[in-house]
Amino acid sequence: MEFDWSIIGEAMPALFSGARLTILITIAGLVGGLLVGFLAGLMRAYGNAFLNAVAFAYVELIRGTPIVVQVMFIYFALPVLADIRVNPMTAAVTAIVVNAGAYIAEIVRGSFLSVHRGLKEAGLALGLPMWKVLVYIIGPVAFRRMIPPLGNQFIVSLKDTSLFIVIGVGELTRQGQEIMAANFRAVEIWSAVAILYLLMTGTLTLVLRVTEKRMRIL
Amino acid sequence: MSIVEFRNVTKTFGPVVVLREVDLNIDKGEVVVLIGPSGSGKSTLLRCINALEEINGGDLVVDNISVKAGRSQVRHIRQEAGMVFQQFNLFPQMTALDNVAFGPRRVRGVTRAEALEQAKALLAKVGLAERGHHYPSELSGGQQQRVAIARALAVKPKLMLFDEPTSALDPELRHEVLRVMQALAEEGMTMIVVTHEIAFARQVGTRLIFMEDGKISVDGNPAALLANPENPRLREFLQHVH
Ligand SMILES: Nc1ncnc2c1ncn2[C@@H]1O[C@H](COP(=O)(O)OP(=O)(O)OP(=O)(O)O)[C@@H](O)[C@H]1O
Ligand SMILES: [Mg+2]
Repeated sequence: MEFDWSIIGEAMPALFSGARLTILITIAGLVGGLLVGFLAGLMRAYGNAFLNAVAFAYVELIRGTPIVVQVMFIYFALPVLADIRVNPMTAAVTAIVVNAGAYIAEIVRGSFLSVHRGLKEAGLALGLPMWKVLVYIIGPVAFRRMIPPLGNQFIVSLKDTSLFIVIGVGELTRQGQEIMAANFRAVEIWSAVAILYLLMTGTLTLVLRVTEKRMRIL
Repeated sequence: MSIVEFRNVTKTFGPVVVLREVDLNIDKGEVVVLIGPSGSGKSTLLRCINALEEINGGDLVVDNISVKAGRSQVRHIRQEAGMVFQQFNLFPQMTALDNVAFGPRRVRGVTRAEALEQAKALLAKVGLAERGHHYPSELSGGQQQRVAIARALAVKPKLMLFDEPTSALDPELRHEVLRVMQALAEEGMTMIVVTHEIAFARQVGTRLIFMEDGKISVDGNPAALLANPENPRLREFLQHVH
């Protein structure tokens, strides 16, 4: 068979719009996931028994179930249970928020707790309240340690958006699938889709590398 | 006038009793040197003073405030009782100057410019005027410990607590830290120092306390005690340290 470049040219506008949606879901999902993850991670690390248990249950629930099941639940089961309408885009973003949040919680917990106990004591001994110790002393040290595992999670979440094909969100994989169904040019289309994913993850990796270089890991 | 007052203080870690009904008064201006075998409770006694450890029985009053008085009172005690740790515990993401300026800025609410000005003076005082822009990882152990002393002083405490400040240092770096501590004592700072530096106890200390098994077993004048340790266990301990 011959690789037909014109097929890719024709498919590009649709694939680009799919990629744009992929990026949108990823960014919105990760912003929310970071918020949820920091909250849950700090609850795990420093919360009382109750907060700790709540965060623990959340993390275990999410880590113990596949993301496809999670998004199906949000899209199909939640409307039945709670009588709310969820559009595919909202379901997709929510799934990333909830899913990435659980993994980020573990990253946050681990890196805060990995900071030497002496730093916390030095901060407290100056007369600071605990929240200032976390914000000004432990947080900045922990944050630097979080960058490599967070980068990993960002890439996983970006690729996880492809699973939202199951609820019909028009992201990159879905767009590829639809064009393929019409023209049966599997080689050209899936090559183009793969390269677009590589461009996105590659850019992310580059940004993370630069950030890591600019911050001294402590 | 007492600045630290242990009243029948007991401290336990689970089943382990670490401080046994300790009574101790420390006055302003005293330089108390605390010695004793490993595990006798020296660090714990020190850490109870600024409430890094919570006491289980009795009462402990620092600068007229009980360590049991509540969070904001405890923070006040900590501001009045500066602490220097064996492992320095400098903030690694900050330069020496920012480490020293940190307390005044975040605890006392001083402006950044003013705090840095003050930090420069304090670094000069501990002999590190030239090292302000270095990060802790770029400093020797002795230099780090002197920055740590400056950091504690920056909050203007009435009392300084030292937990084996020279134990993590190579012998040739110890004297630079001890010199700074001696200068501080000569300015009249109230100090409680856990250390194995017997020469420091003799020359700088105004009081020597020997702890054993969670209790104070000898308490007196350093020169007299070191010249003639009547307590047999103190005598034996001193033979090991020398
Ligand atoms: N956080 C803790 N949890 C449980 N036990 C502890 C804790 N801290 C100290 N201990 C115990 O309390 C006792 C006294 O410890 P402490 O550190 O006060 O002794 P020390 O006199 O400072 O000894 P060293 O000379 O080795 O520093 C020891 O038996 C120690 O094992
Ligand atoms: Mg100790």
